[in-house]
Amino acid sequence: MRKFDTKVQYLKYKVLREVARQAWNDTLLENVLDIPKMIVPGKVPTMRCCVYKERAILAERVKLAMGGGNGDNIIQVIDIACDDCPAVGYQVTDSCRGCLAHRCEDVCKRGAISFDHNHEAHIDKSKCVECGQCAKVCPYSAIVNRKRPCQNACKIKAISINDDNAAKIDDEKCIQCGACVYQCPFGAITDRSFIINVIDMLKKSQDNSVFKVYALVAPAIGSQLNYAKLGQVISGIKELGFHTVIEAALGADMVAQAESKELVEKGFLTSSCCPAFVRYVKTAFPALVPYISHNLSPMATLAKYIKDHDETAKIVFIGPCTAKKAEAQLEDVKPYVDAVITFEELQALLDSRDIDITTLPEDVLNNASYFGRIFARSGGLSDAVAEGLKEQHLDDFQLKACVCDGIEECRMALIKKAHNALDANFIEGMACISGCIGGAGNLTHGEKNKAAVDSYGREALEKTILDAIPPL
Amino acid sequence: MKVTVCIGSSCHIKGSRPVVEQLQALIAKENLSDKIELGGTFCMGKCQQGVCVTVDGEFFSVSPETVPTFFENVIKARV
Repeated sequence: MRKFDTKVQYLKYKVLREVARQAWNDTLLENVLDIPKMIVPGKVPTMRCCVYKERAILAERVKLAMGGGNGDNIIQVIDIACDDCPAVGYQVTDSCRGCLAHRCEDVCKRGAISFDHNHEAHIDKSKCVECGQCAKVCPYSAIVNRKRPCQNACKIKAISINDDNAAKIDDEKCIQCGACVYQCPFGAITDRSFIINVIDMLKKSQDNSVFKVYALVAPAIGSQLNYAKLGQVISGIKELGFHTVIEAALGADMVAQAESKELVEKGFLTSSCCPAFVRYVKTAFPALVPYISHNLSPMATLAKYIKDHDETAKIVFIGPCTAKKAEAQLEDVKPYVDAVITFEELQALLDSRDIDITTLPEDVLNNASYFGRIFARSGGLSDAVAEGLKEQHLDDFQLKACVCDGIEECRMALIKKAHNALDANFIEGMACISGCIGGAGNLTHGEKNKAAVDSYGREALEKTILDAIPPL
Repeated sequence: MKVTVCIGSSCHIKGSRPVVEQLQALIAKENLSDKIELGGTFCMGKCQQGVCVTVDGEFFSVSPETVPTFFENVIKARV
């Protein structure tokens, strides 16, 4: 078994792999109804109450793996998979010992805490404002916050509960960051997949003779599929049938150069690399939209560059990001990017062809500079803009970057800016904690990934942005 | 005349950038910019023979060291 963070990811992977296998063999339509039984054979349930429910949920997963679902949102709730987790907020558990101190009562400014005949605390939900102070002061940790993991993950509060008690996403608010996808312990929220579009594209290219299919890999690749060498991952992607693999980090170099110039001209900017952040500004802070950098994201910038050089090119972006799938559907990006898949989906594609990348020779990946590569982690973009200013001799301009690590920090910075109280002239907005290496479509997440991306950055032959940008 | 230089990973490592820069300088020096269209591409599928260059579709293997002779013998001869 490949390394995944959770069993939910592994299950999703098995569905994607099977859908891909059938698609390669042109047998998807005839076998689509059998896939759930292939994944859950027999009669003994391992995940739910019975195998029939397991298969019913798998049928929904198959649908999403084929790009289906309800409405347009990339992020979809599988309501029969939702376990209707309790969502009562702060609650006193039976760990309450009925002590004398009553710190919980003292700290509660709303007078929501009372005591029964056993001196045990109770919270009056009509008064409680969920501040959590009582939980903090209880010496027995007897007060817990029962929140749904999806709602807890969704810091922009786009998830509510529907009439059937299942999770419901407000599609207007949702920024497709995928935090809920990664956090739901039942795998009840998931991102639609476009792997069959990619397989179809690769087949129709007839070995890249009709048109060429380019894979753009996000710099977070430096932290992924680490059971093999990066060069072997590149060989594997080519083995799938891609014409060549290009670092999206080169697009990041191009963006860093253009964005630093734009910053000097305009005096204040918010970054445009993270599609979830951009969408958040547009939906929650419309007054700040003029400050969003007019540059396309690194993905779209590089895709445009390639299509300028090869008109019939098809571009597939491979990255850690579910929001990129939505970005690729935007009017100004659609002409350049033909499909977006995640690293999870890449792994499923490789295994659907039984490509063991650890046995492949090492190919090379070298298009971008150190600065383009470190876009994958929080702070990297700001470092690159600083470098862009320096390299273009614009260092008279004092960069004051506000690096926002995760959508909550973005929110704080945007609120301050909206009230003219932000002491910065550049907001680096990354919706995922730690930046792209925290993205929902990564196979693994963790502390080591930042170091992995930094070391991938240091391996870049080009040390400056200008050296990386092609002279053509 | 269309001259295309591969700027993909493998050719990049083998020096496609200095090849492009030398060609740009030579084209400027010889005042041929209106006759030669210099372009880039990502990968011609012949990475072993990089730096890959095509002249009106015909393939040539060039290195930063051989650019002056390549320019003289191939490009200038055909302009």
